[in-house]
Amino acid sequence: MKNNNRRGFMGKAFGAVAAVGAVGSLYAMKKSWDPLPSVKAAGFTTLDMSIYEEGVMVTEKWRGKPIFVLKQSAEMLKKAKENPRDIERLVEVDGSHYMMCIGLCTHLGCIPAFRQDKNDFKCACHGGEFDASGMVQLVPPPRGFDIPPFKIDGTKLVLGEVGPEWQAMKDNGITL
Amino acid sequence: MAHFTKATSVKDWFNQRLAVEKVEKVMMSEYWIPKNINFLWAMGMVLVITFAMLLVSGIFLLMYYVPTVDGAFDSVNYTIMREVDFGWLWRHVHGVAASVVFLIIYIHMFTGIYYGSYKKGREMIWISGMLLFVAFSAEAFSGYMLPWGQMSYWAGMVITNLFSGGSLHADGLVEWIRGDYVPAQAFLGRFFMLHVLLIPLAIIGLIALHFGALRIPHVNNQDGEEIDFDVESEKYLAGKKAESKVMRFANDFMAKDLMVVGIFLVFFFYLVFYNYGFAMDPVNFDPADGLKTPAHIYPEWYFLWSYEILRPFNIDLGLVLFAFAQVIFVLLPFLDRSPNSVPANRRGLFGIWFWVMIVNLIVLTAMGKLPPEGIFSTIGLVSAILFVVQWLALPFITKFEKKV
Repeated sequence: MKNNNRRGFMGKAFGAVAAVGAVGSLYAMKKSWDPLPSVKAAGFTTLDMSIYEEGVMVTEKWRGKPIFVLKQSAEMLKKAKENPRDIERLVEVDGSHYMMCIGLCTHLGCIPAFRQDKNDFKCACHGGEFDASGMVQLVPPPRGFDIPPFKIDGTKLVLGEVGPEWQAMKDNGITL
Repeated sequence: MAHFTKATSVKDWFNQRLAVEKVEKVMMSEYWIPKNINFLWAMGMVLVITFAMLLVSGIFLLMYYVPTVDGAFDSVNYTIMREVDFGWLWRHVHGVAASVVFLIIYIHMFTGIYYGSYKKGREMIWISGMLLFVAFSAEAFSGYMLPWGQMSYWAGMVITNLFSGGSLHADGLVEWIRGDYVPAQAFLGRFFMLHVLLIPLAIIGLIALHFGALRIPHVNNQDGEEIDFDVESEKYLAGKKAESKVMRFANDFMAKDLMVVGIFLVFFFYLVFYNYGFAMDPVNFDPADGLKTPAHIYPEWYFLWSYEILRPFNIDLGLVLFAFAQVIFVLLPFLDRSPNSVPANRRGLFGIWFWVMIVNLIVLTAMGKLPPEGIFSTIGLVSAILFVVQWLALPFITKFEKKV
């Protein structure tokens, strides 16, 4: 019996050592799957907003994702002003309004196409539609295009950095 | 210490050290199989052979495949397909086998459901089998990423997005799985590792469990009859072979088993040599482009039925029902409340349940491939609802089943 008590103690002691080791290894394994620092460091893109033309849809790239930039024409802006959900989505830089958002359908991540004649976006995967300010017009997408974190720096936009304008959008539930 | 004597033969030498005769008896000549079975009982061996072909062809592909975003596409479509002698053979065997293995898995699975081979002590066979199905699905998906074509990239994008959980917006989890904001080098590297090492290891372990789970309850038979294997095997060994209800695994059962395997292999290599196109999506012959979505994204045929359950609903409900469809088959032994383990056709309502399930899965598969428009969306929606209702009704249908 005495021996068994000692075996029991040794068993528990081993269990304790093994548990510490298991937690430590799981932590290391989780961290090894994390995005690398180089991947995260490459997560900033600067856009010079002065080069865009009104009504012309341009696709930029940020963190491997397409970024739609559409400088609003007077006609688009007029339409957007009629709807508060639309106008508040636009980014104002140096007096001009831009739709600037992640060009992935909020349903399952396909890239919707810009239709020049209708000034809107149509997703070929499951038929979702978005207007010229990026607001959803037709389901299945649950919400308008997401707006990436940005900071206004003169006539430039730094994507990936959180500025007060973006924070306000996030707080107001305009983007995620 | 064990006592060893001078060996009288090579066989005796091994016998003293490894007990080869005993192993042969336990694994083959005295592993008993019921006589009352049909060709559907050969699907297990067909699956073993198909898995072996996947393994061998995979080993040859692995020698030339380059798991980098810049090198992967060319290593498959140029190096393996054009430069390596018979490289095309390994690729087509691998691609066709990956598709056909699911056909056989489905036949194997529905044979089990039809004959009630998931109850009366056979629950662990069923559960380990369904875990194998999950592991094979993960293996198929991770392998689909490797050529790094448009379908690889966008399937990777859409499927990893499912882990954001719809309105839960667990984007951090999705980025963690990918190791990047979008599928990129970290993603390709880890899915390569999963495909060639971790998941195959899990599959081999699960196959061992699946076979082990068979030992005690033994293989089922065409009538779900409870056989006393000790009594029947004694009869056989006493020379009353005709009277006994069982036969040896080898060579009795294996002889016919391998006959079926032979017929399967003729069909299989007909596909590999003359009709491999169905396993090679043309869209995947365009290199991955993160800034251009293909017009239609659809999974391989064997995932279409569960994809169609995801599609007609809004994202949250779709995800819940999709998850339901993925796990519900595992619970079959516990949802079937009837004590009967006879073929479905002798079980009244359950027989109807079985055939409706088969037809409905075929309809879901067809609708999953068609564009989600007009009448097709309606049929898809009705079928998806029917699938869920059928499973919810199963405990009630079987509870009131008459004992046969």
